Amino acid sequence: MKVHEYQAKSILARYGVAVPRGEVTDNPAEAREIAKALGGRAVVKAQIHAGGRGKAGGVRVASDPEEAFAHARAILGMRLVTPQTGPAGRVVAKVLVEEALDIDRELYLGVTLDRSRGLPSMMASGSGGMEIEEVAAKDPGAIVREVIDAGLGMFPFQARKLAFALGLAGEPLRKGVAFMQALFRAYAETDASLAEINPLLVTKSGAVLALDAKMSFDDNALFRHPDIKEMRDLAEEDPLEVEASKFGLNYIKLDGNVGCMVNGAGLAMATMDLVKLAGGEPANFLDVGGGANEEQVKNAFRIILSDSNVRAVLINIFGGIMRCDIIAKGVVAAVREMGLSISIVVRLEGTNVDQGKQILRESGLKITPADGLSDAARKVVEAAR
Amino acid sequence: MSIWVGKQTRLLVQGLTGREGTFHALACREYGTQVVAGVTPGKGGTTHEGIPVFDTVAGAVKATGADASMIFVPPPFAADAIVESVDAGVAVIACITEGIPTNDMIRVKGALARRNAEATPVRLIGPNCPGLITPGECKIGIMPGRIHRPGPVGVISRSGTLTYEAVDQLTALGLGQSTVIGIGGDPVNGTSFIDCLRSFGDDPATKAVVLIGEIGGMAEEEAACFVAGHFRKPVVAFIAGQTAPPGRRMGHAGAIIAGGRGTAADKIKALEAAGIAVVRSPAEIGGRVQEILRA
Repeated sequence: MKVHEYQAKSILARYGVAVPRGEVTDNPAEAREIAKALGGRAVVKAQIHAGGRGKAGGVRVASDPEEAFAHARAILGMRLVTPQTGPAGRVVAKVLVEEALDIDRELYLGVTLDRSRGLPSMMASGSGGMEIEEVAAKDPGAIVREVIDAGLGMFPFQARKLAFALGLAGEPLRKGVAFMQALFRAYAETDASLAEINPLLVTKSGAVLALDAKMSFDDNALFRHPDIKEMRDLAEEDPLEVEASKFGLNYIKLDGNVGCMVNGAGLAMATMDLVKLAGGEPANFLDVGGGANEEQVKNAFRIILSDSNVRAVLINIFGGIMRCDIIAKGVVAAVREMGLSISIVVRLEGTNVDQGKQILRESGLKITPADGLSDAARKVVEAAR
Repeated sequence: MSIWVGKQTRLLVQGLTGREGTFHALACREYGTQVVAGVTPGKGGTTHEGIPVFDTVAGAVKATGADASMIFVPPPFAADAIVESVDAGVAVIACITEGIPTNDMIRVKGALARRNAEATPVRLIGPNCPGLITPGECKIGIMPGRIHRPGPVGVISRSGTLTYEAVDQLTALGLGQSTVIGIGGDPVNGTSFIDCLRSFGDDPATKAVVLIGEIGGMAEEEAACFVAGHFRKPVVAFIAGQTAPPGRRMGHAGAIIAGGRGTAADKIKALEAAGIAVVRSPAEIGGRVQEILRA
């Protein structure tokens, strides 16, 4: 689960991570008041779940409260399109108004899981403001890493290693080390999957602060962080994906026109690949799960068809635990209920496959059966044309 | 022959008395697995479907000689259940549970490493996996037993239904399986591709291996490296998620292209560089194995 910058900063601050003074608002007049309280000069930052806001005009410096008001009015409600939002962009509902700081250096700091080691790792680089992927591609040697034993926590020497590598000395060194240790604690104790400070700011007066902050959290651990779970912003997510999650369905919307309904995440990905290999484009990823019932199949079907791009649907089921006859009943019920306007290709294999096929055949509905994976992909791509 | 589990394996089930635990324990027993004990804290001393239930794993091991465990404990308590089996020295622990927090798995890995440094190593399969099966001998997990046949192909996979798909293709072509292992779809798991390859390499009955990977992490790249240096048997691979968008979690907690790493293209490249036959379509897995074994 992702959170907004202002939420990430509030979480980090609880653990002693230094962040700029500021407040969030959805109202230009209030932005003016916040700027006034900050001493006049302020930065107004659009709050959306995507990076690249600055270049898109979502981050603006105000020299006085009136300008903060004007910036907030301009940014609130605007549709911000950045390389990370996709062409549709995101509508800005909130702005963070923060103190403007003088910049000496901009650095990068991030904590995430090192999957090969099975342990968290902190990464640091001197190229603050640049995407870490870009740094990794251009100059991998510029990134220093410290793998941290989660049980023992981050030792001061590990933070010192990173801080020295960043060229910190004197007051910023001391503050940088404290910052890193606090950041690691925040990451570990909130079950974060990512805590990224980009840029990490060193001011001319030697302060070290999180100028920007991005955090995301392990969905599987949210049950023990109800306060963080409450920060979920449904407006930032695709409405169909939100709808699917209500029914325990794993749905991800894509750009193609071939709807896919599959059981199992691996087979669902493989089905998308098959559609592509057959010359089509998948409209979605959808895993109905291992133990789906008729109702869930119906909901899955409804969600796939709510995507207006979908021209044909491929149902690909390998019934292990799940029985093919139950899938077939769900499909028939869904098609009857919603009325059938597009082609449906069904490939069933596994438990009770014959009953499943019979139910589809006897339904009298226009459902195309397929034999095997390749045949199914070819038929559905043809139907979508 | 096979690896890790067989006719002699004595299985205990953690979470036996729950709905899922009961359903699958009975299916395993029906397949021929010796299901010797259940563990449900507080229900020790009772019997469930003819299977004696114990309060602790250690108690179950002592009384029944169980040497494998299958875990159906809900996510918040699953790490505790795994470590209890590790502590009791259960040789093969298959955790089916999906949704265990990553930080819990990091702690489990720590406990496994500490235990395995001191005593006879134990092995965790999963979590978030279908389990493992040696066809005709022992099924530990939720896979449909009837699609499997004994034979020469080892199968290792990060996915459940996609494994069934591959196994079904193999069986239809008359190619049985030595052992089929689902290593699970989580970012931190107990057993890696390499662990499985090492054992399949030593197993005289395994003549070829099917490796089914997916986007996310570096496990396939690491496996490729191992195969290039140490593995002498043919490997056929498929990587799911060639069309998956970056930054999105595709169902499995571990199936995500993060920071430009973990793409299917990179994995396919690494596997092919190691001399592994990578099929682009999941429909071609069985056929390619057949071609290679005939050659």
